[in-house]
Amino acid sequence: MAKEHVVKNGAKVKKSLGDRIVDVIIYGVLGLIALSTVLPFLYVIAGSFATEKELTEKAFFIIPETWSLNAYQYAIRTNNILRGLKNSVFLTIMGTVMCMLFSMSFAYPLSKAHFRGRNWIMNLVIVTMLFSGGMIPSYMVITAYGLYDSYWALVLPALINPFNMIIIKKFFSGLPVELDEASYMDGANDMQIFVKVALPLSKPVIASISLFYGVGFWNDYFNAMIYLQTPEKFPVQIQLRSIILLSSKVSEAAMDFYDLNGAPPDKAVKMACTAIATIPILCVYPFVQKYFTKGVMVGAVKG
Amino acid sequence: MAKAKAKVKNKKGYITLQDGRTMRVQRMSTWQYVVQHKWLYFLLLPGVIYFIMFRYVPMGGLIIAFKEYSPFQGIWKSPWVGFGQFQKFFSTNDFGRLLTNTLGISLLQLVLFFPAPIILSLFLNEVRHNGYKRLVQTLVYVPHFVSWVIVASLTYQLFNVTDGIIYQIIKALTGNTVDVLSQASCFWGLIVGQDIWRETGYGTIVFLAALAGVDQELYEAARVDGAGRWRLMWHITLPAIRGTIVMMFILRVGGLLNTGYEQIFLMRNDLNVARAEVFDTYIYLKGIKSGQYSFSSAAGMFKSIVGMTLVLISDRVAKLCGESGIY
Repeated sequence: MAKEHVVKNGAKVKKSLGDRIVDVIIYGVLGLIALSTVLPFLYVIAGSFATEKELTEKAFFIIPETWSLNAYQYAIRTNNILRGLKNSVFLTIMGTVMCMLFSMSFAYPLSKAHFRGRNWIMNLVIVTMLFSGGMIPSYMVITAYGLYDSYWALVLPALINPFNMIIIKKFFSGLPVELDEASYMDGANDMQIFVKVALPLSKPVIASISLFYGVGFWNDYFNAMIYLQTPEKFPVQIQLRSIILLSSKVSEAAMDFYDLNGAPPDKAVKMACTAIATIPILCVYPFVQKYFTKGVMVGAVKG
Repeated sequence: MAKAKAKVKNKKGYITLQDGRTMRVQRMSTWQYVVQHKWLYFLLLPGVIYFIMFRYVPMGGLIIAFKEYSPFQGIWKSPWVGFGQFQKFFSTNDFGRLLTNTLGISLLQLVLFFPAPIILSLFLNEVRHNGYKRLVQTLVYVPHFVSWVIVASLTYQLFNVTDGIIYQIIKALTGNTVDVLSQASCFWGLIVGQDIWRETGYGTIVFLAALAGVDQELYEAARVDGAGRWRLMWHITLPAIRGTIVMMFILRVGGLLNTGYEQIFLMRNDLNVARAEVFDTYIYLKGIKSGQYSFSSAAGMFKSIVGMTLVLISDRVAKLCGESGIY
């Protein structure tokens, strides 16, 4: 097989028949994998716009025959899903802004090679990456601070993620030292350099790390479940879970285990609720995709 | 003269200039430094307070693992019981079950899920058509960004026995009517399957980043020497990502006891609970649900310590193998 490679003009390599068959297989398998990741979303979104009749009659479709917004009207009227959506947007924006303020300002001094106490503080951070108090002591401490049933219980414990902080720190250390020197010459102090020189240059890292924090807040379910009590404060993830899972027809035998208050929401309504919680992420995704790949790559390089 | 110069050079606090003169260099005292860079310390302060209040205070809170905590007496006045809570935890029947389930899921992940992003990266690396490559990448990253609640919702909607489309397909093709959502024997597979679906694409990023650094001329040269597709992969592509594979493996082994509790919590139900109870869900149920704070803190502390030990050991092993390690 190897002998069949012909080098033309030293540049183009002609492919053998065997190679081309392997190529086709690879392209095909990749296509199938890509399809399998998006089909569930397409199926649910399509189903949410279809009528209940079509859903029961047809096994599978991507474009509904008759379009209908009934499921959405029902979902919005009965399940307060819009309130959940509003809460999630608020929590995500507030949480991300707070996290960025804390993480950026903490990472900046640590990025300076001359900063005294740097190793000491870094060790303090690395210890927390290796060992933590765990779920119960954290729960008790946060409750003792009086944060129970408030969004602060979700935001404050998450203010600085050590991994994200290290990515930011790495980015800051990559800025040229000459910028600092020139600014000192001009009489600027460290605060002015941070705000007027370093921050405007850090847009890429701000974009990717805000994205990490933002997705974390938007998707958070567990913390919201243990710390929030008032239903008016529930984010969309909690509402989705109660609509889909608690009343879901898991199996005939499992039905008895669930406390069913009346009939479970019908199929199209469940799909509509899933779509409502998914679509915001899917809409934002194409615009931010390039930033997170950059962020992950910076994080992957050891430093 | 030369002798004297060398002597001066060795003396602390002096440097020798190029023309042979010596100059005294004074290192700023710590106090002077702090005053001059007070804004840096000011910027650092909120973070330090955060780490103390939300990372170190909970660590200190672990002392209740050595006590019999009662809410009426508070942390300080509750009686000490030494390692009593740990003994109680190890001697329950639950312990063996938790360990089996946690390790079972983790090892299954290590065998089935860990290689998946590597294989997908190797496939993507073979694609020469950039547009197609980018399209596939864009699509396979998507599931990583949706929450576990949504993944669980999709799973329920696709696999339930009443109208789940995938259930119907499997039934039509194989005649198999296993309810994967409530069969205990399917639980581990279900969890690992969800992991593979959600994280494989995203997991390729680090490997593709490592591959982007490979000099394309290496491939050209090897092709001229008559290397086929498999040879190129074996001798160029795989060595290029070896370090990354080792690093990801360390991270995975270090997190052997961290079976994402959100995911498992969402998929477990009363029917499959025998295979679904892992350390994290158990700690949550015993601690937050039934209020056995001391007992569940002890369970959590056991988990943290084993986790830390695993990370440190695997890191050391990686360094012995000549890789760079993580810490």
